[in-house]
Amino acid sequence: MSTANQSTVIQPDGATAEEFVLSSEERAEIEHEMSHYEDPRAAAIEALKIVQKHRGWVSDGAIYAIAAVLGITPVDLEGVATFYSLIYRRPVGRHVIKVCDSLTCMLMGYESVLDAIKRQLNIDYGQTTQDGRFTLLPTCCLGNCDKGPSIMVDGNTHSHLDAEKMVQLLEQYK
Amino acid sequence: MTVASADTHPLTWRLRADDSASDIKLYEANDGYAAVRQILNNTAPADIVKLIKAAGLRGRGGGGFPAGVKWELMPAFDPNAPKRYLLCNADEMEPSTYKDRLLMEQAPHQLIEGMILAAYAIQACNGYLFLRGEYVLAAERMQKALTAAKEAGYLGKNILGSGWDFELVLHTGAGRYICGEETALINSLEGRRANPRARPPFPQVAGLWGRPTIVNNVETLCNVPHILLRGADWYKQLSQGKSTDAGTKLFGVCGRANKPGLWELPMGTTAREILEQHAGGMQDGYELKAWLPGGVSTDFLLPEHLDTPMDFDSIGKLGSRMGTGIITVVDQKPGIITVLRNIEEFFARESCGWCTPCRDGLPWTVKTLQALEQGKGQPGDIEMLERTTKLLSPGYTFCALAPGAMEPLQSALKYFRAEFEQGIAKT
Ligand SMILES: Cc1cc2nc3c(=O)[nH]c(=O)nc-3n(C[C@H](O)[C@H](O)[C@H](O)COP(=O)(O)O)c2cc1C
Ligand code: SF4
Ligand code: FES
Repeated sequence: MSTANQSTVIQPDGATAEEFVLSSEERAEIEHEMSHYEDPRAAAIEALKIVQKHRGWVSDGAIYAIAAVLGITPVDLEGVATFYSLIYRRPVGRHVIKVCDSLTCMLMGYESVLDAIKRQLNIDYGQTTQDGRFTLLPTCCLGNCDKGPSIMVDGNTHSHLDAEKMVQLLEQYK
Repeated sequence: MTVASADTHPLTWRLRADDSASDIKLYEANDGYAAVRQILNNTAPADIVKLIKAAGLRGRGGGGFPAGVKWELMPAFDPNAPKRYLLCNADEMEPSTYKDRLLMEQAPHQLIEGMILAAYAIQACNGYLFLRGEYVLAAERMQKALTAAKEAGYLGKNILGSGWDFELVLHTGAGRYICGEETALINSLEGRRANPRARPPFPQVAGLWGRPTIVNNVETLCNVPHILLRGADWYKQLSQGKSTDAGTKLFGVCGRANKPGLWELPMGTTAREILEQHAGGMQDGYELKAWLPGGVSTDFLLPEHLDTPMDFDSIGKLGSRMGTGIITVVDQKPGIITVLRNIEEFFARESCGWCTPCRDGLPWTVKTLQALEQGKGQPGDIEMLERTTKLLSPGYTFCALAPGAMEPLQSALKYFRAEFEQGIAKT
């Protein structure tokens, strides 16, 4: 039996940081994605997204475990994981707010929306609220420019925002 | 206003008032997959390529490269090395662009039909739809449509008894604008960092997994079924009198206009008509100061340029590019330096970091613009920005991201130099 889905992270001082085991569900989903490509590593980004869907973020241990399934080195996969903005290598809140700061949303006044979010949640970009409910990040254009300012919370895009609407909108996310 | 019909609005006539997607039954009832049924058993792939070339379909991803010519650049089909690929570029991340999203959310089968026909023309066995990760609704609707098309026998093995197989897979990304650059897209699809690749070889010759690969934009592919059903002459006359470029185009306006939006109009419709008649002009209290014809990687134009036909050549003659064809109207409220600072922050953040002029030049540009914005610019800053536009121009960087970032900067230096001068600190 291979231990491909199980791994222990060895820290520089030799201590072990974390036991990480892919669930059978995660493993099955990753293997299904691999079947879509001639080269299994093409499922790398999808595999990271699968683990993130289940656990909220991608830990060091997950990098080792996923790399083993894909048959690539952990450092190679780490290079991929850190390249893409939608892969989180640190824990995030239950909901991730992405504020579009590209040109059209700026012309439409996104800054007042951002200020309202920061005031309400008392966090800045890159931070998570103390109760673990929200993480705040900037994003480039969401392709919703004719209805801006726009933000995305988890998978939902919200349009025509202003500072007043923010309080109510964030209440929807528990 | 003209009523949308298949004859005049091929891309959008089937769209429904409630923004829902047509399911496969409704699509079929409206001539959907008719082109696939007509072509697959009756037309040689090479003849399709010829027809697309004759129709003058130019790439809608921003560059305007003729689709038929690109397809012809593939090596001849080799039965001993039969694997070839069709990739649909649905990464749409250029700020101020939202046209492919509409096509995927509301007409998913049209894109699938376009991909089937394009793949047949280039004899591709596999296709991937590379969709940006943030387009969640588009992903849902495309996946549903893909499943339905497969069940109906339009995808998979021996399609409609033609003996030809085509598998089409939805691949969703995980962010980063650079994934839209076609060779970076291929690296990303292979599960790597999205750094662009050196050319030559071009993807047509050595692309995905080193095999012949065509990358086309969503809107480009959506035009294909209509051209095959109605012919090259019909396609060319769609823009008659307005442009030498063929077909219709999804044009839009965003920014402080009264009715920002997206409309299918003849290629060559003037920017003024799009802004004044379709977008209802500028909002009260907001004056048009400048406009970008199609995304933040195009050069600014002025109000005096509004009567120009929106097509690749006419906008090109003004020293800009039509790009994606969605106009951003820039009003007088934020200074041009602030607008530019926002644009260059985007490019600096999205640079893949592969080559030095782009990785270092863009953050440097942002810093200089920030200083100018605060009235803290130094003597020589303007000249330095001018030099940067040369150092990051085509040929000096690995891909077109950095040259694209320089287009708004160089045109702002040309048209709004006084605002740069005002940003230099008085000693
Ligand atoms: C930085 C960068 C980003 C790009 N993003 C996109 C994109 O999101 N969608 C797209 O279709 N083309 C994009 N392109 C252009 C593609 O490289 C390619 O030319 C295009 O997909 C070809 O399709 P077409 O010939 O049908 O227009 C981008 C180019 C660059 C340099
Ligand atoms: S120009 Fe910029 S985005 Fe393009 S390859 Fe170089 S560093 Fe990467
Ligand atoms: S600029 Fe914000 S959605 Fe496009």
